[in-house]
Amino acid sequence: MENHVPSFYEDLKGKGVSRRDFLKFCTTMAAFLGLEASGVTQIVKAFESKPRLPVIWFHFQECTCCSESFIRASHPIVADIVLNKISLDYQETLMAASGVQAEEAYKAVMQKYPGEYIVMVEGSIPTENEAYCCIGGRSALQILEEAVKNCKAVVAWGNCASAGCVQAASPNPTGAKPVHKVISGKPVINVQGCPPIADVMAGVVVHLLTFDRIPQLDGLGRPKAFYSRRVHDTCYRRANFDAGLFVESFDDDGAKRGYCLYKMGCKGPVTYNSCGIIKWNDGVSYPIQSGHPCIGCSEEGFWDNGPFYQHLPEVAGFGIETTADKVGLGLGIATAVGIAGHAIVTNVRKHKEITNEPEEGSKVETK
Amino acid sequence: MAERIVIDPITRIEGHLRVEIEVTNGKITDAFSAGTMVRGIETILKGRDPRDAWAFVGRVCGVCTSTHSLTSVRTVENALGISVPPNAELIRNLMANALYIHDHVVHFYQLHALDWVDVVSALKANPAEASRIAQSISAWPKSSVGYFTDIQKKFKNFVDSGQLGIFANGYWGHKAYKLPPEVNLIAVAHYLEALEWQKELVKVHTVFGGKNPHPNYLVGGVPCSINIEEANAVNAERLAFVGKLFEDAKTFVDQVYIPDLVAIAGFYKSDWGAIGGGLTNYLAFGDFPSNGYNNPESFKMPRGAILGRDLSHILEVKADDPEQIQEYINNSWYEYSKGDKTGLHPWEGETKFNYTGPKPPYEHLDFSQKYSWVKTPRWKGNPMEVGPLSRMLVGYASGKPEFKEVVDSTLKALDVPVAALFSTLGRTAARGLETKLVCGWALEFYQQLLTNIKNGDTRTQNNVKWDPESWPKQAKGIGMVEAPRGALSHFIVIEDKKIANYQLVVPTTWNASPRDIKGQRSAYEESLIGTPIEDAKNPLEVLRTIHSFDPCLACAVHLYDENGTTIHDVKTY
Repeated sequence: MENHVPSFYEDLKGKGVSRRDFLKFCTTMAAFLGLEASGVTQIVKAFESKPRLPVIWFHFQECTCCSESFIRASHPIVADIVLNKISLDYQETLMAASGVQAEEAYKAVMQKYPGEYIVMVEGSIPTENEAYCCIGGRSALQILEEAVKNCKAVVAWGNCASAGCVQAASPNPTGAKPVHKVISGKPVINVQGCPPIADVMAGVVVHLLTFDRIPQLDGLGRPKAFYSRRVHDTCYRRANFDAGLFVESFDDDGAKRGYCLYKMGCKGPVTYNSCGIIKWNDGVSYPIQSGHPCIGCSEEGFWDNGPFYQHLPEVAGFGIETTADKVGLGLGIATAVGIAGHAIVTNVRKHKEITNEPEEGSKVETK
Repeated sequence: MAERIVIDPITRIEGHLRVEIEVTNGKITDAFSAGTMVRGIETILKGRDPRDAWAFVGRVCGVCTSTHSLTSVRTVENALGISVPPNAELIRNLMANALYIHDHVVHFYQLHALDWVDVVSALKANPAEASRIAQSISAWPKSSVGYFTDIQKKFKNFVDSGQLGIFANGYWGHKAYKLPPEVNLIAVAHYLEALEWQKELVKVHTVFGGKNPHPNYLVGGVPCSINIEEANAVNAERLAFVGKLFEDAKTFVDQVYIPDLVAIAGFYKSDWGAIGGGLTNYLAFGDFPSNGYNNPESFKMPRGAILGRDLSHILEVKADDPEQIQEYINNSWYEYSKGDKTGLHPWEGETKFNYTGPKPPYEHLDFSQKYSWVKTPRWKGNPMEVGPLSRMLVGYASGKPEFKEVVDSTLKALDVPVAALFSTLGRTAARGLETKLVCGWALEFYQQLLTNIKNGDTRTQNNVKWDPESWPKQAKGIGMVEAPRGALSHFIVIEDKKIANYQLVVPTTWNASPRDIKGQRSAYEESLIGTPIEDAKNPLEVLRTIHSFDPCLACAVHLYDENGTTIHDVKTY
């Protein structure tokens, strides 16, 4: 089945009908339908309407949690995105076709819509040996390089495509790399998280479609709309941190009262994500609200910033003149001096990035 | 003359799977299944805190999300001798039940249905007739003429746009599609409903684990606390929410999934009730403890193995017995120090990448050599099928009344013999039937949780062995779980408070593996032999059988390391 049907206007144009005649036709149509003058614009728009945005979505070294998260979107729901908003022409988890017929689907998009289509990537790309990830006999790198050549922009879903995620954790046996490290010359939007929050994914798609441009990105390529706030600063338990009320062990009295999880290893102070604002699965909860410390899954290299249950040292920002260790029961003596410098530097660096970011969003429009 | 056909990528699965078949005179005479992606997560786990392992192995798979995390905490608890509080066990059961129901419904509609349902044919349906059929098989309220007219119109607009998106290039119009247009229309409507519904049930994970996919787990219990007098803990509102999610799920399963499954099976039973049986051996680890994980007799799903389809004998399964489980790599891209023909128990397993396949891009794999990233596990030397069919058979053969009832009534409704279970359709039906059972168990577990809390027990965590200082110098553990796709086991060795070795033997490893040293095929390959192929260029029949297993390749492919006393010899890649 063919993918592209020209719009009514494109069709008329192809037959030599002028724009002037086309508009006249629309006015007549409006009168015929008994519409007011304002109705003409709508008709013009409907006839001219461009095809739905073609999207090719690849899976490389990944676990499909991004696809799973994507289908959890609640506004809009995924059926609406897939049937009405974009044309998801290649997506291995959902597509009907397999094998040759599947490959033909994305090759058709590349041919018919050069410069128009979006490439979305779930998963990292192995570089130690290209044979560590092959689809249809071709390596992930070969497939990606060919597909991005004529794309409009790339969306890197999740920590795998944005930063390599778990397979890039030390010692990174397959040489797993994120998308932005293996391609160049195209805008890449890193939609971070393991996985990203469903409605953040939907939000990025809607942003591209509604505002016809790439959202503003931070220094790590993440959309500022969703990644410019620390989980710590947007956490509903923050007041407990400021007041020095901490969980000292899981399911203790403090845990049963929803105290701060900082001493249990929470990485909220060094993690930029929307968990505290948008929350997960239609706003039901987020890790901290359900009693587990944030593990920092939207940050590059978070797997190697652990162990997860060892707390970050000396986090600034107390409302009172002391630190968590002094305030609490004194059990969690700063055991991680080694990572202290790193953690603080990360924060300082981020603050700078957020305030002095070049306005990437204004540079690259999607249409 | 044999014709070689390659299907790569196999879509509507998790991960990267390639299948090559040989077709002679319209029938499959040989088949090869290859996993084509590797990440090496076990190597990455080495030297890390065992309490962190659940998060790493959770990322083995985002489709069966949470199942590896559950297995991991059980593995570490087994090594350190930790028992979790009853509430933690119940909450873990509820999370696993939610996963089963979600995963099976999504598999049926999103991953498998398009093998049986011709969506384009739905455009020709008479909505009034579709409505009549829908109402004759179910009390589901969305079944009016107007509803189906609307769905059909929406779908027609979509098709008329010329941009078919995920439905592009399907095998539409293939002769092997047998449903009348009206049933196709009902299925299309329910495909869309299931897609919207599935985002609800996972909220059970969000309540207890903070997010989905990849909810949080905790060694010793669960991370959420219960406090019915507190807004910041699991309280009456959270519990009521979970109860409603399971009630709604049960309604969807009873009124949509099961009636659709039975209706569709009715049209395909005459041939697909006898195609795709494959292996005759079945393995299940069992799960859903109702009285502690250390008491397998209390499992809702029993443990056991069946050989040669002999339902009169259930054989005892012991995963820690080196004589029972071995893994081979003679056809996988790894090498063993004692030679590639050796079979090793996972506790003595070792791995070294040894890619000897063609340099990409390639047209064909050479099946006279190693051809997959998936290893080949064997139970007492036998290839075993794992998954819903194995579980239903072990439950049925064990004489468990719940299993007998649901299997016998379905066989009767479809008017087919027990032998029809040993087929592609049998596998697909077994998945639906166990979903029905799981819905019932979830509500039981939920009631038990409420009763415990009412009686004053709110504990969710055992902290006795939380501090690594309390651990022995060396410890070994095994964790077993019945994942939605089948028997799953993890193996850990802890030394000096760190992971010295961590290994996974995963359902799809059992099913999708290449052949062993005796040349015995594993489940995928064996199940394809003899399948008639109507049109070699459009091998829809292959997808039907492969999808009936619900493949999960990211799970199946990983790498193992040496362990025990020779750990220090292991090279890190």
